[in-house]
Amino acid sequence: MAEVKKNEEPRIGVFVCHCGTNIAGSIDVKAVMEYARTLPNVAIADDYQYMCSTPGQNKIAEAIAEQKLTGVVVAACSPRLHEPTFRNATKAGGLNPFRFEMANIREQNSWVHMHQPEEATAKAKDAVRIAVAKASLLEDLVPKSVPVEKAAMVVGGGVGGMQAALDLANAGIKTYLVEKSPTIGGRMSQLDKTFPTLDCSQCILTPKMVDVYRNEGIELLTYTEVEQVEGYIGNFDVTLRKKARGVITPAEAEARGIVGGGCTGCGDCVDVCPVIKPNPFELGMAPRKAIYIYHPQVSPLIFTVDFDACVKCGLCVEACGEKKAVDLEMKDELMTVKVGTVVLALGYDIFPIEKKFEWGYKNYDNVITSLEFERLICASGPTGGHLIRPSDGETPKRVAFVLCAGSRDSTGVGKPYCSRFCCMYSLKHAHQIIEKIPGVVPYIFYMDIRSFGKMYEEFYYRIQDEGAKFIRGRVANILEDPVTKNLHVNAEDTLLGRPIDMEVDLVVLAAAIQPSAETEKTRRLFGVSCSQDGWLLEAHPKLNPCGTTTAGVYLAGVCQGPKDIPDTVAQAEGAASAASIPIHRGEVELEPYFAQCMEEKCAGCGLCVNQCPYGALALVEKDGRTVMQVTEAKCKGCGTCGGFCPGGAIWMQHFATPQIVAQIDAFLLGGEQ
Amino acid sequence: MADENWKPKIIAIICNWCSYAGADLAGGARIQYPPDIRAIRVMCTGRIDPLFILKAFQDGADGVLVSGCHFGDCHYLEGNFKAAKRMFLLKSVLKNIGLDDKRLRMTFVSASEGAKWGSVMEDVVKTINELGPSPLKEFAR
Repeated sequence: MAEVKKNEEPRIGVFVCHCGTNIAGSIDVKAVMEYARTLPNVAIADDYQYMCSTPGQNKIAEAIAEQKLTGVVVAACSPRLHEPTFRNATKAGGLNPFRFEMANIREQNSWVHMHQPEEATAKAKDAVRIAVAKASLLEDLVPKSVPVEKAAMVVGGGVGGMQAALDLANAGIKTYLVEKSPTIGGRMSQLDKTFPTLDCSQCILTPKMVDVYRNEGIELLTYTEVEQVEGYIGNFDVTLRKKARGVITPAEAEARGIVGGGCTGCGDCVDVCPVIKPNPFELGMAPRKAIYIYHPQVSPLIFTVDFDACVKCGLCVEACGEKKAVDLEMKDELMTVKVGTVVLALGYDIFPIEKKFEWGYKNYDNVITSLEFERLICASGPTGGHLIRPSDGETPKRVAFVLCAGSRDSTGVGKPYCSRFCCMYSLKHAHQIIEKIPGVVPYIFYMDIRSFGKMYEEFYYRIQDEGAKFIRGRVANILEDPVTKNLHVNAEDTLLGRPIDMEVDLVVLAAAIQPSAETEKTRRLFGVSCSQDGWLLEAHPKLNPCGTTTAGVYLAGVCQGPKDIPDTVAQAEGAASAASIPIHRGEVELEPYFAQCMEEKCAGCGLCVNQCPYGALALVEKDGRTVMQVTEAKCKGCGTCGGFCPGGAIWMQHFATPQIVAQIDAFLLGGEQ
Repeated sequence: MADENWKPKIIAIICNWCSYAGADLAGGARIQYPPDIRAIRVMCTGRIDPLFILKAFQDGADGVLVSGCHFGDCHYLEGNFKAAKRMFLLKSVLKNIGLDDKRLRMTFVSASEGAKWGSVMEDVVKTINELGPSPLKEFAR
């Protein structure tokens, strides 16, 4: 059990960083350093241009040895950035790394008080005084190592999730790939061609889908959702809900003792099913039955019963015959798997663009979204690849593409961010109609064309040469001619500086994207933060784009922010690599911020036990009385118990009551009154 | 108010995962706000013993800010919720001892809300400036 070492005279070294002019630009670093020398317990104070540099770190190590320091304070940037650096420097000097405390005088001082040098310097002095007070009471702590389960989970079976799962499995890690819909493939399987190479989307995706299905290291769990998450890095217990599919696989049939049974994907059940529903994969533009597959290339090729629509007539059961694959009494099943790390690849949804009522989507027949365009132009789509006007089935000759539809929108209705791939797919759409429809003219209404990737700008030039017309201006509104169902696109041509009213046959809205519907629920289960627009928050935007603030949980693809297929796949490979590291190392170190019971003070009331969200605390009998006991492996170090204990009997390591009170006192009672 | 040179002494106890990160983000974005608040970092607002806050007032603090994650966003599931309940009760204690409960404030600022952190700082300093020095100041120490 930890105790304050009373016999130890604290000797603290204070190091103030200039950070170039980042800090020194508004704080008098020398004055702060001189001030530190006057503080109680400070044995040495020094300043340096860049404390994080090798000479800066060496200063710390040398001072520890020379001055026999018991604690180190660095006044520099945020501990969220450089605490690990300086802990290592402290360790290098021969001191326990947890005898280090950081005073944040950059992010929370020099950068936010740039024009108030006096006040900023005073605040920096206070920050150093507070840090010294805490450092004087810090104690040796030892991180706890825990073993890591040699298995990973990927949530989301789009192209990003598939890539992450393949990489993990090929690295020898058992991987669970969880997908909510009946098939893997995600958004990419709805696309016709991909920019700028014009590869057929399905043609390059289906080999990956087959790889995933055949890979022995991947346990593919389609039509399955995450229900509950417990545990921490290395030891996540994830409860999954396998939704009732109504159809069993050959393997499941064998388990039930049906020889040669299970779904073979023949489709006999579909032919007899009397219920017709819109197919969500075709965005409602084509029908499906109550027993269905999304499209011919689904993986796994197993039919699914839509129990919301099924009338349980039993015709499919008869049609299936001896295979006995259809089970209309099937119920949801819960299963729990243990994994070491998790990759979230939750994807995106299309922003409901009807909210921008001025463009008339869902009001006018001939205003469609670009995802609907993808299905209409796709050979496997509802029209066999013939682009038609929904109002009359005619082939359009004048097609307007409205870019930034709901993106880069500061009205509060749409999204403020750039959805990043709409420019490029709209250029691709223009190419596709020029290729397929003789005499067609695509009109592209744009704000800026953002063709930032490899070979993207060249593709833009190519589409210009092919005859697409570009009009720089945001579309104000779209009006429908009630007789012809043609559309009048009203915009300002900002290059010519005049308003235009253009009559077209079809309007395609390049609608913004937003986090998928499951993102909010799933991120909360895994304790992952999100940014203001709902995209999941990476641990660091530049230096840790795949990690999250929850150790062991990583991000891949659009759920972290809009990105195209190459970027999604690249990030998925990064996330898989990051997720494999703890598994291959076999153990992870947990920060030793554990609660400890000071048994002589503990009255055994047990109030703390209910405060702990992790069940880490329990009452035990010890030496004839009841005291609380902490299970360190379960304790995550929030300190909620320590904030509640009426007897002050809980010692919260590194955030102990005397340490925090010392900080409060140092600020309010120390220094100039 | 008494002293023309009086500057408020305000202490903020904020959680590592949301509000501290949000404050760092405000710094990265160079959002400027009044320099009257000193922050102490804890892992979770659930760690905050109400006695810490009473101690701060006893030490003469003019205001105390507690800031954590939004409900449902807590890194430790529900620490912020427990903290909010404690602060709610503590406010009534403050009122009972004759201290204006506006001197204690709890806010919820996420890791992505740098601008919000800036406006919270503005607002807290404004409130405390309006209230003036804490009546407990003269008894401090």
